[in-house]
Amino acid sequence: MVAMNMIQALRSAMDVMLERDPDVLVFGEDVGFFGGVFRCTEGLQAKYGKRRVFDTPIAEAGILATAVGMGAYGLRPVVEIQFADYIYPATDQLISEAARLRYRSGGEFTAPLTVRSPYGGGIFGGQTHSQSPEAIFTHVAGLKTVIPSTPYDAKGLLIAAIEDDDPVIFFEPKRIYNGPFDGHHDRPVTPWAKHPASEVPEGYYRIELGKAQIVRPGEAVTVVAYGTMVHVALASAELAGVDAEVIDLRTLNPLDIETIVASVKKTGRCVIVHEATRTGGYGGELSALVQEHCFHHLEAPVARVTGWDTPYPHAFEWEYFPGPKRVAEALRQAMEA
Amino acid sequence: MKNEMPLELHIPEPKLRPGDAPDFSDMPLSVAGAAPRPDTHANARDTHHLVYDLIRVLDPDGQAVGPWNPKLDPETLKRGLRYMLLTRAYDDRMQRAQRTGKTSFYMTCTGEEAVAVAQAMALDRGDMCFPTYRQQGLLIARDWSLVDMMCQIYSNSRDRLKGRQLPVMYSSKEAGFFSISGNLGTQFPQAVGWAMASAYKGDTRIAAAWIGDGSTSEGDFHHALTFGAVYRAPVLLNIVNNQWAISSFQGFAGGELTTFAARAVGFGLPGLRVDGNDFLAVYAATQWAAERARANLGPTVIELFTYRAAAHSTSDDPDRYRPAGEGKCWPLGDPVERLKQHLVTLGIWSDAEHAALIEELAEVVRVAGKEAESYGTLGTGPTVSASTMFDDVFKEMPWHLRQQRQQMGI
Repeated sequence: MVAMNMIQALRSAMDVMLERDPDVLVFGEDVGFFGGVFRCTEGLQAKYGKRRVFDTPIAEAGILATAVGMGAYGLRPVVEIQFADYIYPATDQLISEAARLRYRSGGEFTAPLTVRSPYGGGIFGGQTHSQSPEAIFTHVAGLKTVIPSTPYDAKGLLIAAIEDDDPVIFFEPKRIYNGPFDGHHDRPVTPWAKHPASEVPEGYYRIELGKAQIVRPGEAVTVVAYGTMVHVALASAELAGVDAEVIDLRTLNPLDIETIVASVKKTGRCVIVHEATRTGGYGGELSALVQEHCFHHLEAPVARVTGWDTPYPHAFEWEYFPGPKRVAEALRQAMEA
Repeated sequence: MKNEMPLELHIPEPKLRPGDAPDFSDMPLSVAGAAPRPDTHANARDTHHLVYDLIRVLDPDGQAVGPWNPKLDPETLKRGLRYMLLTRAYDDRMQRAQRTGKTSFYMTCTGEEAVAVAQAMALDRGDMCFPTYRQQGLLIARDWSLVDMMCQIYSNSRDRLKGRQLPVMYSSKEAGFFSISGNLGTQFPQAVGWAMASAYKGDTRIAAAWIGDGSTSEGDFHHALTFGAVYRAPVLLNIVNNQWAISSFQGFAGGELTTFAARAVGFGLPGLRVDGNDFLAVYAATQWAAERARANLGPTVIELFTYRAAAHSTSDDPDRYRPAGEGKCWPLGDPVERLKQHLVTLGIWSDAEHAALIEELAEVVRVAGKEAESYGTLGTGPTVSASTMFDDVFKEMPWHLRQQRQQMGI
């Protein structure tokens, strides 16, 4: 075991898979010689050569299209879209092609590709470097969507994503690349080294996709979160003084419905937290599922704490971000209902 | 300087519309045999005069002339003619099947048979094709089962695509024929990715992709040329310029100002502009580009200049937007008739043999059609079980799809 931040853990996952499988290729804008703008692929080209880890033209649709073609050939491409905000030009190749290929060809052709992309705000990135577009992809039949919240999970989930025979969107919460940011932006950030989930095996291991994790057992209210918001939820429970059970989804689609339902049936209350805009967000789907499965156990309305339905405003980041104050307030309200 | 003149917005307009008499008198056509043939290892720049030219081999008398003559043996020529006629016979039957309610939709490739057939024959059997919906000739020239193709058209119980795909959106990994997408142009850069993978693996197989003149406007076209050029992918990038994108003439894809082959120039790629109704020219250009790709010299852009002689699809009526009978007046003729004329000129074919072949192929298609219909048609069934609609969304079915399948009650 070695202490790793999330960047190192992600790099280690790609390192392990490049080593194990000659059909794994890693490419994207600036990922080759330079090692990526967030340094996730640093050193991989030097180690595996530029035929396996390389830079691409600035064309997200081209990156995804070539990955689909490579997948059809039998390779296992791992591509980086530099920011999730840049993924939109590639959505035709993702939604109409990668996600549909197995289906439309009756299983003859598949697209076993992994799309890594940093997402989320809290880094003063403004509206084009801060978005959380996960709900666009959870809506698509044929795509899996994964979001880790710790270095340990990031590595195990990324390895599972690369090994998966279906296309996986792997969104990386960039605000917690270097430390488990809990939403208290006015306090210094604790580095990952002080967090138990920074202990990461150096070799191969995988975390099965579609399995959530209870990161804080509790009796009073269930909090469903993923990515950065897992840490915000934990801080919020503390702030509110509520015995919350915090579930880290880890995989959004396919969803671990059993873990959520078991928890809500126990607590009778549910608060869903995500950074993405509210309307049409994944929280709406989660909320619907909770009421479908747990209606008779609910003692309070299912609540959502989310980003506002606006673009991510540069100067008003902390007003936009669903931080501990807002989440704690939602927890208190859920308890009072 | 102050601009005194009011600005004007240009909206392209084809010269002729319904009611006008077809007229191609101002279409520049080079003389067969005149276009020079650069060495396959030539610098891309040395091909760039060809993007404004037109490579032609068959002259008006049916003789094969000039440096692009691929000098095919009589058996290959006859096979080419047979595949083109088989494609035409297949189209004819499937078109009628749609008209009689046996399927929902069909698209013929009338007038464009030489493109897919000659190209399939010039490529190796293992080379991977990323076609559009109008290259059924690739499957036919690779001796793929007509019954299998028809079962897809009928979405019947033997449809390998399980009734999921619009008719003509075939897929056959075995035939090296990539699953067709209805979103146009997407396959063009995918072919580049496949070719990159083949090169990465040290394979010997190359890729070939097709796109229509209209779809060259899509970003995917640009990405294919960029990535193909950047990584020198072993791929043929074929633009089938059949003049019409449903009702929009090629002027709406930028064809008024330059040729489609000329798109190659800005990417530093070799480009060839070819008479798409000339079987020998198409074969020769494809062979040239394939040889380059196999020598690790990267992609070639080929414009196949042709005419969509029939409607876009069974849902289209071209008489509403272009002069009636234009196809019959196309100055580059009909690909089948031209190859036939060549064979007759060579003294290895006769009108009687031609008529007999047409009859034989109609029977081949009729027999295949009967067999396919015995497995069902879209109108009457049987189809595969509707419960299979939940298969292949993912490799393993997740809980929510299992639940939805139960809810559907089948």
